[in-house]
Order: sequence, then C-alpha cells, then structure tokens
Amino acid sequence: MLARERIELLLDEDSAFLELMPFVGWHSEFTVGASLVTGIGVIEGVEVMVIAHDPTVRGGTLNPHSFKKVSRAMEIAKENRLPLMTLVESGGADLPTQAEVAIPGGRMFRDLTDHSAAGLPTIALVFGNATAGGAYMPGMSDYVVMVRGQSKVFLGGPPLVKMATGEESDDESLGGAEMHARTSGLADYLAENEVDAIRIGREIVRRLNWRKLGPGPSEPPDEPLYPAEQLLGIPSYEPKVPFDPRDVVARIVDGSRFDEFKPLYGSSLVTGWASLHGYPLGVLANARGVLLSEEAEKAAQFIQLANQVDTPLLFLQNTTGYMVGKTYEQNGIIKDGAKMINAVTNSRVPHLTVNIGVSYGAGNYGMCGRAFGPRFLFSWANSKTAVMGPQQLAGVMSIVAKQSAADRGVPFDEKADTRMREAVQAQIEREETALANSSRVYDDAIIDPRDTRTVLGICLSVVHNAEIRGQRGYGVFRM
Amino acid sequence: MTSMKMLLVANRGEIARRIFRTCREMGIATAAVYSDADADALHASEADVAVRLPGVTPAETYLNPDLLVTAAIAVGADSVHPGYGFLSENAAFARACTDKELTFVGPPAEAIEAMGSKLTAKTMMSAAGVPTLPWTDVSDLEEDKLRRVAEDIGYPLLVKASSGGGGRGMRQVLDGHGLFDAVTGAKREAAAAFSDATVFLERLVVQPRHVEIQVLADSHGSVVALFERECSIQRRYQKIIEESPSPAVDDALRERMGNAAVSAARAVGYVGAGTVEFVMDTDGHYYFLEMNTRLQVEHPVTELVTGIDLVRQQLLVAMGEPVPAEVSEAVITGHAVEARLYAENPVEQFLPQTGTLETFDFDTVPGVRIDSGVESGSSISQYYDPMVAKVISWAPNRAEAIRKLSTVLAGARIHGLVTNRDLLVRILRHPEFLAGDTDTGFLVRHPPAELGKPLAEPEAEQLHAVAASLALLAQKRANASVQQTVPAAWRNNASQMQNVTFQVAEAQYRVDYVLAHGTVLARVNNEDFPELLLRTLAPERVILEIDGVRTAFEVTISGEAAASCVVHVDSRLGYTKLIREPRFGAPSAAEPGGSLTAPMPGSVVRVLVEVGEEVIAGQPLLILEAMKMEHTVTSPYPGLVREVAVNQGAAVRDGEVLVVLEQEDEGRPLSRY
Repeated sequence: MLARERIELLLDEDSAFLELMPFVGWHSEFTVGASLVTGIGVIEGVEVMVIAHDPTVRGGTLNPHSFKKVSRAMEIAKENRLPLMTLVESGGADLPTQAEVAIPGGRMFRDLTDHSAAGLPTIALVFGNATAGGAYMPGMSDYVVMVRGQSKVFLGGPPLVKMATGEESDDESLGGAEMHARTSGLADYLAENEVDAIRIGREIVRRLNWRKLGPGPSEPPDEPLYPAEQLLGIPSYEPKVPFDPRDVVARIVDGSRFDEFKPLYGSSLVTGWASLHGYPLGVLANARGVLLSEEAEKAAQFIQLANQVDTPLLFLQNTTGYMVGKTYEQNGIIKDGAKMINAVTNSRVPHLTVNIGVSYGAGNYGMCGRAFGPRFLFSWANSKTAVMGPQQLAGVMSIVAKQSAADRGVPFDEKADTRMREAVQAQIEREETALANSSRVYDDAIIDPRDTRTVLGICLSVVHNAEIRGQRGYGVFRM
Repeated sequence: MTSMKMLLVANRGEIARRIFRTCREMGIATAAVYSDADADALHASEADVAVRLPGVTPAETYLNPDLLVTAAIAVGADSVHPGYGFLSENAAFARACTDKELTFVGPPAEAIEAMGSKLTAKTMMSAAGVPTLPWTDVSDLEEDKLRRVAEDIGYPLLVKASSGGGGRGMRQVLDGHGLFDAVTGAKREAAAAFSDATVFLERLVVQPRHVEIQVLADSHGSVVALFERECSIQRRYQKIIEESPSPAVDDALRERMGNAAVSAARAVGYVGAGTVEFVMDTDGHYYFLEMNTRLQVEHPVTELVTGIDLVRQQLLVAMGEPVPAEVSEAVITGHAVEARLYAENPVEQFLPQTGTLETFDFDTVPGVRIDSGVESGSSISQYYDPMVAKVISWAPNRAEAIRKLSTVLAGARIHGLVTNRDLLVRILRHPEFLAGDTDTGFLVRHPPAELGKPLAEPEAEQLHAVAASLALLAQKRANASVQQTVPAAWRNNASQMQNVTFQVAEAQYRVDYVLAHGTVLARVNNEDFPELLLRTLAPERVILEIDGVRTAFEVTISGEAAASCVVHVDSRLGYTKLIREPRFGAPSAAEPGGSLTAPMPGSVVRVLVEVGEEVIAGQPLLILEAMKMEHTVTSPYPGLVREVAVNQGAAVRDGEVLVVLEQEDEGRPLSRY
C-alpha cells in the first residue's frame, strides 16, 4: 500500500483529513513533501497526528526538510494533546546530508519520549524497513505493531553486522516481525498483513479511552449566509489596495453572526466575537493594513478579554505593519505596538492565524505570525509574508546606500543602484510568496480560501483536545 | 336470541385481529390467547384481555381444546371464535365449547364432522346432487390392489388425505410409477398432521381452476350464496392470490354454482359462514372438492365486493339472528383481489423465514385493506404458519384492482425477512394473469425461481448501492464524536475516494465515492457513474438527481454504519437488501469443507444416508421438518459421506452442520476409512 492509501484506511470512514506541510522542500534539491505525509485525522473518534513515511521517495529516507516537518507535526501534537501515530517504512537518515540530520534525528527520538511522558500515547505501525536510527521510531513508541514477513527493525542489517562482528545473519532473525513479537518483545502486536496492522492500529486508539480536555462546540454550527465561493473574489490583486475583512468573516463564521467589539475605535483593526463550527471565537482582522496606536491598544484589550473567558482567537492577517512617522513615533507607537505584542505573546488561549493578504514587518508579530507560536498558521495562496514589501525593501536599501555613499563622499552609482533595486525586488518577490514560506515550514499549509471555514473548524476541534485556559493574574487594562 | 358480551378468539395473528376489529364495532369485549412464542404478538396486546397458553408448539397451545375452553371460562367469555386453521374445523372442540355453554361461532359439530372427512362429504354431496369427481378410499389397500384401483380411476390422479386441508397430505401421481410412494408419504403426513391416515385417490382435473362459493346459513333454515372467489394461483396447494368475481364465471354459471353450494350446505344442516370449494375444468364443468366449515383466509375479497362484514354475519348467526336482507339481496360491485404475503423465499423452494420483521410499512391507499398480524419489529417464529399479512385491493374493475394491489405491494417497505412480495407483484403483472388465464398450474408453468426474483434489476441495485453508501455516510457523520459538522471525507489535498462494499444476494458492489459541493462522483465496481446531484442526505432518506430527474430512496440501516450492518433501500425501482462487507475482514470461522448445514431451524424427520456411503449429485441425504413443511437436504455434488452429525428426531438450529461430504474429485478416487 502507498502511504496515502495506508492513511485512508486508517482514518474513520467519511471523516476529514487535514494534511499539513505538503509543500515542505518546494524548490529544494529534495522532493516536495520531504518523503513524508502528515496530518490530523480522526481514528475511532480520536483526533490523531498521523505521520507516514513515503517509501516511494528515496526509500522513505529522512532529509533536513523531513525533520523540520516531523518536528512541527510533533509540536502541534504536543500543544494540542494529540496521540501520535507513525506509519513507519523508512531507510533512516538521508546519508548524503547526514551532517544536517544527525542532530535533528536525535531530537526527534527525544520528542517522542517527551510526548509519551506528557500523557500522549505514541503508536508505531511498522510496515517495512526501520533501520539504524529508524529503529528507534518503534523503539521509542508506546505501542508497536509489526507486519509478519514485512517489518524489518534492526540497528544494523546483515551487511553491517558482518562488517562489525563477522557474524552471518539474515533479515528475519535480525529484525523480523515474528522475532520481535516472540523473542525481543519490541513488537506488541503481530499483524498478518498491512491491512491487519491498520486494523490493530485503530483498535489501539479505540482502547486509549481518549477524552478531550476542552469543551465541545456550544453554539449553533449553521453555515454562513454567504457562499464560500465568493472568498475567491475578495482579496485584492494589488496588495496595496485594502479589503474589508468583514466580507471574509461573513463567509467563514457560523450563520455569518459577528458581534464587533469597539467598532468605532481603532477602525483599521476589526475585533469581535463569533463562533465557527460551534466553537466560540474572538476574531482580530486587519481592515486597512496599517496598525496605529489605537489599533494596537484595542488588540491588546481584546486579547485580554478573550483570555479572561477562555475563548480562542483567530487572527486574519493583512497588515503592512505598525505606522511610521514623526507624529506616530512621538505618540509612542513603539510602546503601543509593544503592548499588543506583549498581549499576543502572553495570551494562553489557542491562537489560529490565517494570512489572507500580506503580513509585513512587526505587524506579522502583533498579528500572531509564526514566531508567536499560533497553534496553527495557514496561508491563502495569494498571501505574502516578508519584513516589508519588495518595492519598499529595495527602496530602503537604495536610500541607505545613497546615504552611505554621501557620508563617505564617494560618487553614487545610479546604474548599479537600479540593478541592485531590481535584483532585490525580484528576490523578495520570490521569497515572500506563500509557496516559498510554506516550503520553509513558515506555515502549516497553504489553503484554498474556500476551505477556510472547514480548516478552522477542524483546528478548533483539535485545539480543544487540550484544556482551554486563558492568562489570568491581573485585571484587564483599559487601553 | 343469545346475547354476546365477550368473545374469545381461539386463534392468533391476523385473523384474531380481524375478528377483534368487528367485535369492537359491535361493542363485544375481546379475549385473546397466546402461546409463549406469541407473548409479544399484536393480537395478544390488542384484545381487552389475553390468556397465556403455556408452551410454543401448536399442539401445546392453539390446538389444545381444554386449555382454550378453560381460558374462555376463566375470563368470563360467553362465546368462542375459532378463526381458521387450528381447531376451526374440529368437531370435538365445537362440542367442548357448547358443553360449557359457550357459543361456538361456527357450524354444528355434526356439520363439521360430515365435511371433515372428505370421503363422507363426497358421498353426501353425490347424494345431494352436487357434481363430484370419481374417487376410491385406498387407506388399507395392498400395493397391487392399489394399482388396480388407480387404473380404474385413471391417471393422472391425486392422493388426498381425508382429513387434510391446505394441500397437506396431498400428492399428485402422473403415472403408476410413483403411486405407492405417494400414497405412503401422504399417509405418513396425514397421520402426523391430522391423526388420521385415511387417504383416497381421486381423478385429477388437468389445468384446473379453483373456484369456491361463500355461503352463509342461519339457524332458521335460510342459506345464501355470496358468490364465488377464484383461488387458482397456488403454490404447493396453498392459495396465494384470490379474487372475486372469477374471470371464468359468468352470471349463469355463478347462479348454478351458487345453487350447488346452497344444496351442499343444506345437505349437512349447515349454519354459519362456510365455503364450498369446486374444481373447474377448462370447459367450465365444476366438481365438488370439499366444504370448509369456517371463515376462509380469503374472505376479505367477498367482503370488498359485497360490502358485507362476514365476521359480523357469523356473530349475528351465532346469536340466532336470521340472515338479513342486505345479505340475501347482496350483489357484486367492482372487483377485489387479495395477495397473501408470506415470510418465505420463493426462489429457494419457498423456504420459510424466521426472525425479526424489522420494517413492515405500507402506503395508505384508499381501497386497499391490509389484514396483518404483525408490525415493524414483530418476530416470526418457526412454530406457526409463515403468512404475515393479506393485502386486498378493491376497484371498479379487475384491471385496476390488480394494478392497485401490485403497486401497493411493490411500494411496501418490508425488511428483515425474505418474503414472497416480489413473486406476488410479478404474478399480478403477468400477462396471463392479467388476461384471467389462471389455473392451479400457473406457478408450475412459470417457476417461482424465475418469477420470484427481486423486482430491482441489476442497474437498480447499483443505484441502491450508491444510495446506501450515502445514507451510511450520513449516519456515520451523525454518529461522529468529533468534527461532526465538518464536510464528509474532506481533504485539503485530494486523495483516493471513500469506498464501501456491499453484498446483494450473490452479487457484490464496491462503491467508490467522493462528495463535492452537492455533487456525488461515484464508481460502482470500477465503472464511472453519471454525476449525481445530492438533493437530500440523511440516514433514512437520500434524494438524488440524475439527468434532471429526482429519485427518492428510503433507507433503513440496521447495525453499526461504520462496521457490519444491513442496509435496506426502497425506491420506485424496487427493494434491495445490501449487506455491508466489514472494512477489515475478520478471520473466517473454521468449518470443515463440504459441510451441509440446516437451512433453518427444525427437526430431522429421517436420515437417508450412512457414514461411508457414496452419494450422487442431487441425492436426498436427510429430511427436515420445519414450519409445517418437509425439506429434503440433497447432495450438491457426488461424494462420500464423511460424517452424519445429527440423528433422526433431533432438533437442529439454523446453520447447524447436518452432514459432511467429501467431494469426489475427477481422477482422484475417494479415500475410504
């Protein structure tokens, strides 16, 4: 069976599967996806992080991108309290890039143990090879299922053993499923075939007695009044032209019901309450790109309110950053921006972030960008993420260079400057795209805007596996 | 005049309920009796009072006169209605009732006795001038004497049990070859069923119609004939479709037959409702067959064409009232047809089905009457007749009555047990039947194995399989403990289709499907289906639009949608029972190869082979009796009997291993031990 076929059979029939990080390694020397398929699926009614090796890509060997992907998947699983199911069939580390994988590989096994220690079961279904480092995958898992005549789990295969000790051996006696089930005890279950292994994997999950710690959906989960199809027409082609995020909210939240908070204050940022697939939700969305002091304070207050009542937050990013300029600096935009970043950083309710337009500069931080650890971060295909826009960045560099030349009293090469600006602009245009960011695991997936409600609905259900508890300890500062 | 305050019905099922209905209309209190197997039966819960008859077999319960009389006295009933079958034609029971001053709703015991013996009856009828067929009592004849008698009457002929009815103890003999076996078999069956091994030979009418006359006689000497019923559509001498009037009877013939029936009733001093049965040849000659001294199963067709409640008339006569003018002046209006719905499998030699009737649901249509003893959830036991209901339609003319009946039957939702529904519908739609060309050989000419096939064609089964997959999907989503409102089988990165496999009789359907924005893309057994628009999706109802046409599918899921379950789909295309194959096959239970298992619960009447015996294909191995029928278990292939797992007289469970056969391989001699 192929990796995806295994996953399909593993999941509950007709349940959803949210595949994560499918574009990892895009535009790199490795195959897109990094020889892994990972995502969150429902098994016997339990939301489980599934990581499947794809043995059709370089024998399922793990390259530097693979480790980034596994590491992020396990982070998601840990933060959201998900059991972990690994479908093992991997030749181990990608040897030509061993320098880059040896340390992350070790980290993976440590994370696996940590996961188990946190009360989150780890299950390995071993379909084939799990050699050397790969052997620790089942080795560090709580439950191990092996397939008769197919699984091979050993620290060293027959050639390595022959080299090391001169001993003659064969695959089956060194690491066969039967041997591990009867002699070594590494296999807890001996499956007759792959389908049987998947059946056993499902039974293990059924017996986990899994209880979500967060509350279930509590609001009517009716569909929005406006069709999701229209979401394709809402974002601007030209990032400079802002669009009203209420048009987006109306197409993703339950019944298009949105109770706006502070609508008359700091109107460049929309805040308000809604529910999505029945889960209560606070929404922060950029309305006109730029964040001013009022917007920053409004956000800080709103984030505290959500923490006070344990309500998850959704950030819809379309920001060019905090306002610059004499007036704003003198009014303390840095201090106000810091309040917002402080509130985002210390908020303890789950954050979900979707980049629906652009995410530039410190606006990316304030609107809970990747560095601020949202539970999930998704990008619409049109979205861009960078320090600033390509033109601005090239312009800034040009101005700085001109200033530097003037300071040193050397003539400024206008031609070279033009070439530099074009090159820089082109580079940023390449690097700011959703694909480029997704390739580096700067998001969890690029999504079709029409799927936003479904993706967020799954994520909200997933985050409620963990306790939902906001930051407490001080009263809400009025801003 | 006797008054009637409480009537005990010494019967069960639909006829008990039928009688209670009239009692309620007449203000008469009702008393039911029930065996342990019928503790939850409808008839027992509907009556004002119900008395338990300990035990399950008919002999322990509904055939036990003492228990029934005791029950009637215990509840203070003043009258007893025997229904049909059981003790309805038992003179001793009629006497036992009258001895205890209970009004027996039926003829005098003497009339029952006279008609109970077919031989006595035939003699009396000949004397009364009613036409009869030549016959001879052969109960005590040696084989060679028997052959001479048979040749005198002439082949083909029938062996009949004198006390028999409903085809029990009856055998057809086409030539001298099977004569002795037929007589012996009839005697054995008659002795077991009626405690009377008297059998006689009678000339067989070729291509006969079965036409009977309903009579009603009061205790003041009037006898009225209430026209004929034609009951020619029979399987194994059991009527399954009856109608009135008969397409073969005109006014003059009706008059003559009516007069003959009245003479027959008078000859035995008949009182009450009775039926004089005639066999009619292709030239319209009719001969007395027998008189049933009770209410017939098919009485509703007469009720619908005359507007007379025959049970009410029975009760009035029993109270001593004269036959009223509405009966003596009755005329036939329109046409009525009745179909008997049996829990039996027509394509497997009418094998009776036992178990739970999960769904039993008919559309309400004006002019359609349903007399049933069951409802959704009722269980059908192995102890009694497997008839579950009678469906009767009335219309101004024959064609319309037939069409109405077939439509209602075809649209009924009947799940859980195989029934003869599809056979009934196909008979009702058969050109010969529609033309009125019916005789008792209809189902011989048109084998039930063919005619009883499911109404749903293979294309319909495919569509039903798709609808079943979607209903299961809806059920699974409704049962989901997390992400319940998220779109079914949603993928952000398209993957393979969802799939589910169903078993439909011998066929298997694998359905692959994917849902997107209200459309369904499906493949059945790897062939693409046209795009379907999903109009309604619920576990119990799926509406699909195909090429601009909407079709509704009513679905019932029994069992766990995500695991093993049975899905029943009804639509205008027919009914399909789909058994979901488990997603993960379980290891199969080990059963020695070549085992022949009991097709149903029953008892072993005779074991015909011994261990080590070589058998040929089709050879009878043993005989089972179940649900009043003998079933012969035959060898499916030539082979060697390895094991006989049961003894004569043993009770066997459904699926119990009876005989283990080693199949003879070509070129490999059988091993002996």
